[in-house]
Amino acid sequence: MLALWEGITMSSPLLQIENLKKYFEIRRGFLGRKGYIRAVDGVTISLNSGESISIVGESGCGKTTLGKTILRLYEPTDGKIIFHGKEITHSEWKNLKWYRRETGLVQQDPFGALPPFMTIRKILEEPLIIHGIKDKKERENRISEALEKVRLIPVEDFINKYPHMLSGGQQQRLVIARSIILEPKLIIADEPVSMLDASVRIEILKLLQDLQRKYELSIIYITHDLSTTRYFSEKIYIMYAAQIIESGETKELLANPMHPYTRALLNVIPDPDPSNRFIIKEVPLGEPPDLMNPPKGCRFNPRCQKLIRGICNLEEPPTIEVSKNHQVKCWLYAKNEKRIH
Amino acid sequence: MNGAHLEVKSLRMYYRTLRGEVRAVDDVSFNLYKGETVAVIGESGCGKSSLAKSIIRLLPRNTSVYKGMILFNGLNLIDLDDEEFTKKIRWVKITYVPQAALNSLNPVIKIGEQMIEPLILHQKMDKDEALKKATELLKTLGISESFINHYPFELSGGMRQRIIIAMALLTNPELMILDEPTSSLDVLTQANIINLLKKIKNEQKISMIFITHDVSLSSELADKVAVMYAGQIVEFNKAESFYHDPRHPYSKKLMESVPTLRRDKKLDFIPGAPPSLLNLPKGCRFYDRCPFSFDKCLEDPPTLNLDKDFNVKCWLYGKE
Repeated sequence: MLALWEGITMSSPLLQIENLKKYFEIRRGFLGRKGYIRAVDGVTISLNSGESISIVGESGCGKTTLGKTILRLYEPTDGKIIFHGKEITHSEWKNLKWYRRETGLVQQDPFGALPPFMTIRKILEEPLIIHGIKDKKERENRISEALEKVRLIPVEDFINKYPHMLSGGQQQRLVIARSIILEPKLIIADEPVSMLDASVRIEILKLLQDLQRKYELSIIYITHDLSTTRYFSEKIYIMYAAQIIESGETKELLANPMHPYTRALLNVIPDPDPSNRFIIKEVPLGEPPDLMNPPKGCRFNPRCQKLIRGICNLEEPPTIEVSKNHQVKCWLYAKNEKRIH
Repeated sequence: MNGAHLEVKSLRMYYRTLRGEVRAVDDVSFNLYKGETVAVIGESGCGKSSLAKSIIRLLPRNTSVYKGMILFNGLNLIDLDDEEFTKKIRWVKITYVPQAALNSLNPVIKIGEQMIEPLILHQKMDKDEALKKATELLKTLGISESFINHYPFELSGGMRQRIIIAMALLTNPELMILDEPTSSLDVLTQANIINLLKKIKNEQKISMIFITHDVSLSSELADKVAVMYAGQIVEFNKAESFYHDPRHPYSKKLMESVPTLRRDKKLDFIPGAPPSLLNLPKGCRFYDRCPFSFDKCLEDPPTLNLDKDFNVKCWLYGKE
């Protein structure tokens, strides 16, 4: 194992995703034509150790597939996944056990993610057994430790309970405990709070943030909710129709959104304010495109109000670095800027 | 009579389960004036959907207590028998869009035919006339009238939700109850639906009860806000004062847990969990989670009227 880490300089990012693609083959209709759903189509992301980023997009934009592909629960169609300097894009399942230990997944529905017939002890013990921790005492210690980290305390009160005996927030904390029990470096949290109440949401997100800061965890927070990203991630990637269309440091991106889609999103998300009710907000027409058959050129072009006809609807826009740590995939900014792809 | 369009007074709805009696709506009172929107906000399980169902009288089969007053245009709906209620009120004067209604369309019947059902049933219109009315309504709402000839699966979720809302308007109701009309929809689709509701509110002067768990979203429609906690309204306030200065400790803490996109604020959560409606504590139901609690809170707090249509159920405001 140790040999893996040798020769890696400290400055290299923990995770590099380069031009990642994941297509699903489907047939439409009886004897139908073969086609591909391009769920992830050329995504580039880099993540440092201890950093937290968020991937924001609407349902069907491919954000969950992206997360699962990064975790190598899917095999990418193209592109590269490099974790700690080691490429794992096409590694075989059986050679990925170490990667499973280094990564964890927290999903949307905590109850669905927990086996109902297992006690908390069993749920947390399973990954330890699979990853070869033979000493029962040590397993027990690590279970207690994980429960303490997610504040399911006192541990004795919880350890013999079944998932249905916990509240939604506690269930999600248990899922988090399971995802960190092998002390991974990277957690992918896919809509971890969208099924929870407002106050519990903040409780869970604060817990993830504490873990990130205390244990140098890297977190990829996948969400449709831009307003929480302001508080819980350092960098935001906006995803639309399988591609990243804008990315940047959280504060900078939220203060200065550039892509017409990002602007539309920011424009319609309300803050609690009684004057909201007097304003009719401008909303882009239409729906996101079919990923089997995305439009030519920019994928947002049929809905875009800043459309430059003859360019946006014909040619795919480049990703442009508009300022340090702020990139946008849009023809509007293509003049004198440095192109990076 | 106090001029309110809908006056709910000491409404109670309990239902019996194997584990005991659930006090889902427990002594709820509020006023709704004509053309106004009241947003009912609260965490899941606080009784907000039960409140809606109690008003439209879609009660669970195991209801054990259903009493109080629901004065609608001065008429107490509780006194009506079921037949009268169905004939005169439900889906005639008061319509109800339940949660996830967009999935309740019949998949094998064309949109148009489903839409006109209430017209044929309640207003005894013939089919052509009803279809004409439905087409006109869609036109005024800015929804493509070609949907009438489509099946539900041909429409996106947002479109189906718009159809459902249009359906609830078809009988020219006076009051619309919307239960989480945009949950499970995407941000932009949600904004579209909200725009549609604002349009309805402004142009048709329909009173609305808007139920949501999303505090930020509630401000898109609310003229008044009712905060529910454990089966009760703990604060009822005008939108102008509520969003800037919520008064009940629960409202305050709830507001602290709402992230804002445009400015930084200190986010905080409420430790603990709300009490079970099966086994409610004595005194204030927020007592064990409240940062301001004192001895008096072990007694049930009165609903204190601080101003017209401004009530707080908390001992902090009743010391003098």
